[in-house]
Amino acid sequence: MNPPGSPERQRARTAAGPIIGALAAGLLLLALFAITVGPYPVSVDQVLAALLDYAGGGAGLTDAQVETVLFSVRIPRVLAALLVGAALAAAGTVYQGLFRNPLVSPDILGVSTGAGLGAALGILLSMPVVVTQGFAFTGGLGTVALVYAVATAVRGHDPMLVLVLAGVVLGALAGACISLVKILADPYDQLPAITFWLLGSLAGTQPDDVWSALPFVVVGLVPLVLLRWRMNLMTLGDEEATALGIDPRRLRVLLVAAATLMTASVVAVAGVVGWVGLVMPHIARLVVGPNFDRLLPVAMILGAGYLLAVDTIARTMAETETPLGILTAFVGAPVFLWLLATGRRSW
Amino acid sequence: MSVLRAEDLGFGYPGFPVGRAVNLVLRAGEILCLLGPNGCGKTTLFKTLLGLIPRQAGRVLLDDCDILSLQRRHVARQMAYVPQAHTTVFPYAVGDMVLMGRTAHRDTFSRPRREDRERAAAALSQMGIGDLSGRDYTRISGGQRQLVLIARALAQDARLIVMDEPTASLDFGNQILVLNEVRKLAAAGLGVVLSTHNPDHAFAYATRVHLLGDGVTQAAGRPVDVLTPEILSRVYGAPIAVERLPSGYHVCVPVDLASAS
Repeated sequence: MNPPGSPERQRARTAAGPIIGALAAGLLLLALFAITVGPYPVSVDQVLAALLDYAGGGAGLTDAQVETVLFSVRIPRVLAALLVGAALAAAGTVYQGLFRNPLVSPDILGVSTGAGLGAALGILLSMPVVVTQGFAFTGGLGTVALVYAVATAVRGHDPMLVLVLAGVVLGALAGACISLVKILADPYDQLPAITFWLLGSLAGTQPDDVWSALPFVVVGLVPLVLLRWRMNLMTLGDEEATALGIDPRRLRVLLVAAATLMTASVVAVAGVVGWVGLVMPHIARLVVGPNFDRLLPVAMILGAGYLLAVDTIARTMAETETPLGILTAFVGAPVFLWLLATGRRSW
Repeated sequence: MSVLRAEDLGFGYPGFPVGRAVNLVLRAGEILCLLGPNGCGKTTLFKTLLGLIPRQAGRVLLDDCDILSLQRRHVARQMAYVPQAHTTVFPYAVGDMVLMGRTAHRDTFSRPRREDRERAAAALSQMGIGDLSGRDYTRISGGQRQLVLIARALAQDARLIVMDEPTASLDFGNQILVLNEVRKLAAAGLGVVLSTHNPDHAFAYATRVHLLGDGVTQAAGRPVDVLTPEILSRVYGAPIAVERLPSGYHVCVPVDLASAS
């Protein structure tokens, strides 16, 4: 028996509300801090005054330069980091639950590789940024749709196993296509662009990027929120979920589609950002347990905060921007190992 | 009045038939005990009865409707399933595990309400494990997990319950607890079909027995008619004697032990 004060009991008894509130407050402070730092330092007072002005309630005294820095560069970038981190963490949480495997990341069905191929093609064809983003979005969704179609066509095997294998195979194929595009690309101009895109970055974030990704993320999030209780049953496996009165096959298509939509839309803006979707669900489970009801909001807040922190480091650490994919791994790997070594709970 | 009926049922997996020509009926208020040696297909039969895996032949009718034509939500309100004790990938709290049994009573998009939580807590107390509610399902013993799964089926408030070896990993006291609960459920008008490896349980608790062996029905009927030394010895491939205790209960013992005393 556990003594009454043990962490396990505390977790089960504490309501999730205060935890979520505290994390959200922390995230807000982090965002405020992130807005102030950078090559052109802005004080917290200036930020608050500018935000008041923006809302129409201030004195209108904000310096034009400060306004440009905040509203054209920094705030869009901070919002983009929050959106990308939250979306990837949510998608990772869903994928891990659906595949009943804590080692799964949102890339398992090939969404990132497919998006990478789309973006690489866009860069190779010298398309405008918006079109390249569209290519990436379409490539991500298209790859997962193809994987699902292949897995549905193959019958007589464990459906989840076929799905994962189809994802691995088609992901590898898309990876080979990316390599082909890289060989064909102009080595001085296009190749670095492709490489940087594949490592992920928010350096080129435009204010419009947030608005182009946000609707898709919200559309993907709606089914996750509405089905957050049933998502728990999906982790028990198809037979048990069916016996408890739900239709796992239909639910799975919907949930995969929603998580993939979220991933593809943010990857199109930020490039391939690894680690967030793999690690954040774990940390969220350590904090509030696996009940999707509370796991989803906590994972999203943690994902948003993690990516914001990493992106802030990426743009302030050195003269040149460090790609996110490198930093998320450098920060994520030690944290993850430390958690594995010290965590009491298995997953 | 819920009735589950299997007609000429063939079950197994594609290219791998396990059993055939099984006819059985489960009515409200009954305890039907499924007996049979290891590997004879008890679990496969149960999953086929529940419509969880495709059947190979015949029909399964729930209240005269083909179970495959019914909505799963409707089926889950009529019929609950207690799988063999297992573990989950993620460490759900025991209370949440039981709460999942309430899903069929709520709309697709709703979460469990307060009355669902109360029903789940009552089911846990009924199984004598109310104090486990906050523990992780992955961190309790196999026997405790079995009790949790039974509590989940109780919380489902179905008229029929299918239990796959509900006493397999329980200590002697908890076996009695579970079987007494089963008896109370039947007395309250529920129908329970359970599989077991202990024919004594069938003698003590079952209204009817279904004996499965080599994928076909070996015998079915009242316990005293079905569980004879001849049939038991043949199906289990070991010499078995049935003795009647002064209290009126029957117990099965190996023949060499019976003749030695």
